[in-house]
Amino acid sequence: MNLLSVVLFLPLIGFLVTLFIPRSSEHGSRTWALAISLLIFLVSLALPLTFDRALTGEQFAVDLPWIASPAIHFYIAADGVSLWLVLLSTFLTPICVLISWNFIQKRVKEFYALLLLLEFGLVGVFIAQDLFLFYVFWEISLVPMYFLVGVWGHDRRIYAAVKFFLYTFAGSVLMLAAIIYLYNRAGTFSYPAILAMLQSGRLMFDSTEGLLLFLAFFVAFAIKVPLFPLHTWLPDAHVEAPSAGSVMLASVMLKMGTFGMLHYCLPLFPSAARASASWIVVLAIIGIIYGALVSLVQPNMKKLVAYSSVSHLGFVVLGIFSFTQLGLDGAVYQMLNHGISTGALFALVGLLYERRHSLAIADYGGVATAAPWLSTVFLITTLASIGLPMLNNFVGEFLVLQGTAITNFTWAVFAAIGVILSACYMLWMYQRVFYGEVTENIRHHIADLNLREWAVAVPLIVMMFWMGIYPQSFLPPVTKATTRVLDQTQINVPYRVALPHKVEVARAR
Amino acid sequence: MPVNFFNAGDMIRFLPEIILTVMGTLLMILDPVLHRRSSSAFGNLSLLTLIAALIASVYAYTQAGPAFGGMLIIDGFATFFRVLVIVVGILTILPSYRFLSVQDAETSEYHALLLFSIAGQCVMVSANELIMIFIGLEISSIASYVLAGYLRDDKRANEAALKYFLLGSFATGFFLYGVALIYGATGSVNLAMVRAAVTSLNAPSPVFVGVAAALMFVGLAFKVSASPFQVWAPDVYQGSPTPIAGFLSAGPKAAAFAIFLRIFMTAFEPLGSSWVPLVWISALLSMTIGNFAALLQSNVKRLLAYSSIAHAGYVLVALTARSDVGTAAAMFYLAAYAFMNIGAFAVVSHLSGKGERYQSVDDFAGLAQKQPVTAALLTIFLLSLIGVPLTGGFFGKFYIFKAALESHLVWLTVLGLLNSAVAAYYYLRILVMMYMHEPSEAATKAEPLSPGLSAALILPAIGTLFLGIFPTWVLDFAGKSSNLVK
Repeated sequence: MNLLSVVLFLPLIGFLVTLFIPRSSEHGSRTWALAISLLIFLVSLALPLTFDRALTGEQFAVDLPWIASPAIHFYIAADGVSLWLVLLSTFLTPICVLISWNFIQKRVKEFYALLLLLEFGLVGVFIAQDLFLFYVFWEISLVPMYFLVGVWGHDRRIYAAVKFFLYTFAGSVLMLAAIIYLYNRAGTFSYPAILAMLQSGRLMFDSTEGLLLFLAFFVAFAIKVPLFPLHTWLPDAHVEAPSAGSVMLASVMLKMGTFGMLHYCLPLFPSAARASASWIVVLAIIGIIYGALVSLVQPNMKKLVAYSSVSHLGFVVLGIFSFTQLGLDGAVYQMLNHGISTGALFALVGLLYERRHSLAIADYGGVATAAPWLSTVFLITTLASIGLPMLNNFVGEFLVLQGTAITNFTWAVFAAIGVILSACYMLWMYQRVFYGEVTENIRHHIADLNLREWAVAVPLIVMMFWMGIYPQSFLPPVTKATTRVLDQTQINVPYRVALPHKVEVARAR
Repeated sequence: MPVNFFNAGDMIRFLPEIILTVMGTLLMILDPVLHRRSSSAFGNLSLLTLIAALIASVYAYTQAGPAFGGMLIIDGFATFFRVLVIVVGILTILPSYRFLSVQDAETSEYHALLLFSIAGQCVMVSANELIMIFIGLEISSIASYVLAGYLRDDKRANEAALKYFLLGSFATGFFLYGVALIYGATGSVNLAMVRAAVTSLNAPSPVFVGVAAALMFVGLAFKVSASPFQVWAPDVYQGSPTPIAGFLSAGPKAAAFAIFLRIFMTAFEPLGSSWVPLVWISALLSMTIGNFAALLQSNVKRLLAYSSIAHAGYVLVALTARSDVGTAAAMFYLAAYAFMNIGAFAVVSHLSGKGERYQSVDDFAGLAQKQPVTAALLTIFLLSLIGVPLTGGFFGKFYIFKAALESHLVWLTVLGLLNSAVAAYYYLRILVMMYMHEPSEAATKAEPLSPGLSAALILPAIGTLFLGIFPTWVLDFAGKSSNLVK
């Protein structure tokens, strides 16, 4: 039995079983969802344990024919990057089940069914090695999220859900056109086979063709990331989604975009990617600063965290398009960090909302007195998100900035402004929500963490410290994968970007 | 050439049509006898007839070949579409049980006309010469005109029938003019001979043939509701009884596309360079007009009518590709479309109630809370119409645009795919209503699913998912049958 396919299909089985749980047994659906998602997480833990860190390339491959003509295969495998992203998805799903435990009171069964279906789609996106299969998973993950936002969201949920669906769908149809075009040129959907053809020069794109194909893929990914100026769906969807939806959306779904850029855009269209790098980086930097500035003035906590995602994801895009080993490593690490720390922020904001039924910062104040443990957890998460050393985001941001500085020092300077701003908006929010005079209202409403909420907080906090203190547990497979991506971007390139520090720095780490 | 009109092989090849016609006539004769006994007797009888015809079509394929001196040809293509239109017939009758009893309108004519219409479509799809095509088209159309106005006390039904009849007659008139010109120009109505004539050294004047092809295009474009001849479709679909609207959007349309493909991919295939641009424009117009007009609709039947115009546009994209892959893609898409659209119409007929009162998008509000299974099935159909993976609609669209890109129709592909993103919006509106609003009067009043309706919903849902997850079988068959030039 292939481990990876077990991890992929367990959520689907979980989804199907959930459909047959009687509607009246709400507690049954919750318990089942928690049990199966924990099981999936435990099984997926075997992936990094058995992943051979000495090898470059994909592991756990399964390749079965699915549709004969056109030749479409069920072909999945994981490399050092997708390994961690799969784990991130399976790690966060039980957490999402837990934070929805009391929050979701209507149509409970459907909620958990869709959450599991979402997990199926997300895991699939990261491990598909067949372009058609990738597209299938890409779209499958869209449908459950649409319902999660639209059915269980806040007041403007319908607007947000439809906007989210249409943005993503419109972006991805052009990617579909590009995928079909690639198939007609290469005669296969198999991604490794296409890369091999590019490597050997049997498949070449002229510059316009390459650029258009690159853009078709890139726009789909950029909408998902979201890259400025395509980000406008994100604040709506994040704010209106239920906490679990926000967590999955921010922590995992946004990574579909950055993963796509790293995994598909760069190796498939290296020349076009390098040619477009400068304006993409400019957009990323605008996103970093713009997202931070908008966060600064948000009166709504969820919206603040949402805009901070625009800013953080800008770093990831910046790292990817720096075309340096450090930048790429940092980008991948930042994807994981953002998944943990922003996921935690959304979860914690959700806990506050459950207590006070408000997302407005102005409705809070003095929470630290009423709920000291909740405040401590929130503080650690805030500091992680700012990028305090010893916590996870620091490592990622540092690598990205260093990698960017190698390519272009000015870019790094501008991006660093975003780091400073992030400290401003996060700490200012923390101050307004948790410090100050505690009102009777707050004291009355806001209880401290209960056992279930501790079960949510502890794993997240542990991960923040672990990833911040000892990144070596995570980085080596990532480096293997990103090195290969960088190698692949050297083909068909009219010029080479000098990478002076690549070898020494890698050794120094 | 003396032709023996009564040899056994020909009879077997013609068996489905014989069964349908005989049983249709019998139903009308038996009306007084059966009516007293049981109101569902007609339905049961026509279901049995259709199943028999289905078996006969499959059996006829084992004896594949031309029949009646080449007037008909039973090949894979014909069998594919025969099976398709008969299955569409079955899926039309299943929701009709409840529909007719709710409207107090159970008669044998309804079923007899349906059988005649299907018989006509079977003739169309297996015809190999223009006159037979015309005869099939007329049998199918005249029965459909009556069916559209079946609820004769309803004003909208009357308007629908009259419009359909008047405009439809014009369209067949155009088609017949084209046939006459072709006969004049080439001296034959047999498709293969016409092809031979237009490619031969002393070919008739291209203007002559071009005008004939254009006239036929007008007639056929009307029948498939392609732009700019689509204006009738929304009114007719809205006024027709709901199961019939579903039928019109799937059966006659598939058959009309079948002859469209057969004529343009055999007789006029050599002239492709002159008709492809026209079809290109028509495809783009159909997609764009259909999708953008559907955005504004509040009546679900009208919405689905405009969406069916858009879907006709997608199939025309496959025709524009002018390749065997394109033909196979069109066949696959029509099958997928038949399932998803008939399923969607079945839900509408389930919900609409007496006098078809509840047909607005708002009436779907809260259906998911009252009838989660119905809502889930409609969700499958709508996701398929949007083109979300693992549904037949997605794979069909994928295959069509793959064929288009193979024929270097990059712009049409890009515009078509962007169109499908626009279309997502109006299908989502129905989903939003069903899942994200409080139950409406219609959803509260809706009765539980009857056995017939359950079958009418579950079978197309299975079909839609099957075509999306395991398309290989149908795709292989379509691929094998798509080379029409004999």
